[in-house]
Amino acid sequence: MNIEALLASSIDGLMLGFVYGLAAMGLTLIFGVMKVINLGHGPIIALGMFIVYLVATQLGLNPYLGLVIALLLGLAFGIVVYFLAVHRVINAPELTTLLATFSVNLMIIGVGTVVFTTTPRALAIDLGTWQSGVITVLGTKAVAVVIAVIVTGALYAFLYRTRVGKSIRAVANNRAAAELMGINSTWVLALSFGIGTMLAMISGGLLATLFSFTILSGGIYELKSFVIVVLGGLGNPTGALVGGIVLGLLEGITTIFIPVGWVPVIEYVVFVLIILVRPTGLLGAR
Amino acid sequence: MTTDTSVILDIQDVSKRFGGLLALDRVSFGIEKGEILGLIGPNGAGKTTLFNAINGVYPPTEGHVIFQGQDVTGLPSFKLARMGMARTHQVVRPLSELSVRENVTVGACFGRENLSLDQAGRVADEVLAFVGLAERREMLAGKLNVAQKKRLELARALAARPTLLLLDEVLAGLNPHEVAGMLDVIRQIREQGVTIIMIEHLMHAVMNVSDRVVVLNYGAKIAEGTPTAVSNNQQVIEAYLGDPKVARQFLEEAE
Amino acid sequence: MNLWKQPFLWATLLVILVFALIPIVTGSAALREDWLLILLYLVLASSINIIMGYTGYVSFGHIVYFGIGGYVAFFLIQQAGMHLVFATLIGGLVAVLIAVLIGMPVLRLRGAYFALATIGINEAMRNFVANFEPFGGSVGMFFNYEVYTAYGGAKDALWLAYYGMVVVALAVVATSFFVKKSKFGLGLMAIREDQDVAQVLGIDPARHKVTAYAISAFFPALAGALFFFKNGVIEPGPAFLLHRSIEGLVMVMLGGYGTVLGPIVGAFVYERLRSFLITNPTFSSFHLFIAGLLLLLIVLFVTAGVVGWLRQKSPTLRRVLE
Ligand SMILES: Nc1ncnc2c1ncn2[C@@H]1O[C@H](COP(=O)(O)OP(=O)(O)O)[C@@H](O)[C@H]1O
Ligand SMILES: [Mg+2]
Repeated sequence: MNIEALLASSIDGLMLGFVYGLAAMGLTLIFGVMKVINLGHGPIIALGMFIVYLVATQLGLNPYLGLVIALLLGLAFGIVVYFLAVHRVINAPELTTLLATFSVNLMIIGVGTVVFTTTPRALAIDLGTWQSGVITVLGTKAVAVVIAVIVTGALYAFLYRTRVGKSIRAVANNRAAAELMGINSTWVLALSFGIGTMLAMISGGLLATLFSFTILSGGIYELKSFVIVVLGGLGNPTGALVGGIVLGLLEGITTIFIPVGWVPVIEYVVFVLIILVRPTGLLGAR
Repeated sequence: MTTDTSVILDIQDVSKRFGGLLALDRVSFGIEKGEILGLIGPNGAGKTTLFNAINGVYPPTEGHVIFQGQDVTGLPSFKLARMGMARTHQVVRPLSELSVRENVTVGACFGRENLSLDQAGRVADEVLAFVGLAERREMLAGKLNVAQKKRLELARALAARPTLLLLDEVLAGLNPHEVAGMLDVIRQIREQGVTIIMIEHLMHAVMNVSDRVVVLNYGAKIAEGTPTAVSNNQQVIEAYLGDPKVARQFLEEAE
Repeated sequence: MNLWKQPFLWATLLVILVFALIPIVTGSAALREDWLLILLYLVLASSINIIMGYTGYVSFGHIVYFGIGGYVAFFLIQQAGMHLVFATLIGGLVAVLIAVLIGMPVLRLRGAYFALATIGINEAMRNFVANFEPFGGSVGMFFNYEVYTAYGGAKDALWLAYYGMVVVALAVVATSFFVKKSKFGLGLMAIREDQDVAQVLGIDPARHKVTAYAISAFFPALAGALFFFKNGVIEPGPAFLLHRSIEGLVMVMLGGYGTVLGPIVGAFVYERLRSFLITNPTFSSFHLFIAGLLLLLIVLFVTAGVVGWLRQKSPTLRRVLE
């Protein structure tokens, strides 16, 4: 076994892990606040990819500027989805919200395939590479990690330092009590759904700067997000980041030892096993 | 180890811990066949927890439960149900989307007698008539009012034809008229030879129907004896001091 | 239960049979294709209803058993030259076996965790098959024309697959009915309403759930075997298509979950709507969007589905419709 190849692959996986973690954080935030598993997560990630792509190719702007647009559109889109699809059934059994968010999934994919077709797209961004021995780091990947870290930091600052962020945490803890304290829980829920959607879109946008994609590509990352969220514990944002890094690392390492095709098999088996053994996540519940 | 065949249930040093909270603290007592045992104690004393530990909702942390001469500690509740133990829930739990009759049929089907669906349906009809719910049999259980749901809890348990019946506050929330009706039903159940442990807050009711009373406080048994003896017990009255109304009831009973 | 005094069952089976005879009587291959698909969805929806509608466990990845049945039967027919009927039955039994093994741990999970786990299982299986060389890996397997000669040529073989699907559809409806009317089914519904209470009343939840899950795995596996035999080709993607699973859930919700008739009506309406949309030039690309919209409207406004709604409307209908 070539230790350098292992190192290179691990670093690669580790870096991707930050972007995965960002997507998973969106999923877990929504679950943590309102106990809804957002099955529209994948297509929302794909929308993020397309926003960045369109900003770059159609408007001719810098793709990283597209991320800002993805951020704003993601927030707005999430709030709209919340009111249209989730709000009415927010207190219904889990099945209901699973189906409601899945209907959003179908609708986005339905319209998306018509508008964007399923031809693969790719952005040609060249930020150079950084080389040391066998280790090569793509500039785009390094930037993606930096952005993922900044967004995560901003999320934490928002949740822990601002009034609104504190209301979100209060509602996540105990909605009834938060309402008694005068918090308008409807808006907090809508906003949380918006932020969760926004995080998914940003991570989609970052992925678009790294890989080629179609409207269906979100599915893979949705499933990765599920694995991560289950690793880190449903509803735990820190767990999502750590889980993302762990998953990225695992992917990087395993691809050296086994054929790439088997990696998802292992991922899903691990996913199911973790749900069975520790439904609260390996890091434990908050 | 009990070999006395007249003892249907023997609780031996049962403790239950929830994290840092010791909800049951080495509780021991027995109950004889055909007896009505009143289980009382202030809110949070651990009465419901004791029921859960007896009928296998969760295993006790320590101690043993002997039912009909057999060690049943930690057995899942469905096995106990088949052996003849039935219970009602303090907070009513109807199978909401099933009809009243279906609810009771479930009890009969899977209870001690393991009846077929047809036989169980007939038992359900009898029991529903007995508790006075016959007219509502086709209603969805979720649509009943609280008093009716309490009766449904009881009917479902009775339909299993149990040898031991655990009643968790079946009188709570009923008006005096309904209480009288329910007490009548409970006496008739005993006449059929069913042993009953009843948790109750209405002192006059417990004191009236019970042969014997066990008192829990902070998870521990603080008294056991005839209703009169227990009402005169200083420790029991003190346990209820936080609840002057009940304490006064005791003093009145004691006169 | 007296079999002859079950007008609902006989009427339902008769109606399905009459519809299923249309392609046979007209001899139209196009109609046969249409009805094969409708019956396939009927089988899938009715099976999902047994675990989801009766028992309350939402199996999102239920299509995994369709794929397993399809692959096992296809493999046996192609490699061992086994007859379709036996291969199909073995496919069904393998699915049951796997369902029991998977069900025992997974059915302990509640609510969303169960749903997520079933998605994970389907995806794991799809990726596994895509790497499993005996099953042809990612390109799958296909028949040579000779395979069909054993059945009197391709034309007869396709009709045979259709007859098979009719039988499976009738069987699933009868099973769904008997389960619902049985003591076992009452146990399932008690579990659906409140598992803890069910257990206190004497129901062994694990045994009931695993049995229900195994039954609900059997019929989709048979359907999968017949469907891919008819196609002559099987690939991991179409065999383990998560979307098809979820379309099954949509049909159950549309028709009315927990009823015998609901999934049948749901499958028919949904499949007809879908093919109308797909063949209609203006809507063809929007069929997923419309499926999504439909699902959302049901979830938000008619949770009980068509049949459930009818049953709520009048006590007579509640008695007549199962
Ligand atoms: N599942 C549980 N987890 C943690 N604590 C519990 C649980 N069930 C009961 N308790 C606690 O155990 C104590 C006894 O409760 P309970 O048996 O319901 O009292 P009672 O029925 O006498 O009013 C209470 O302090 C209650 O909060
Ligand atoms: Mg209590």
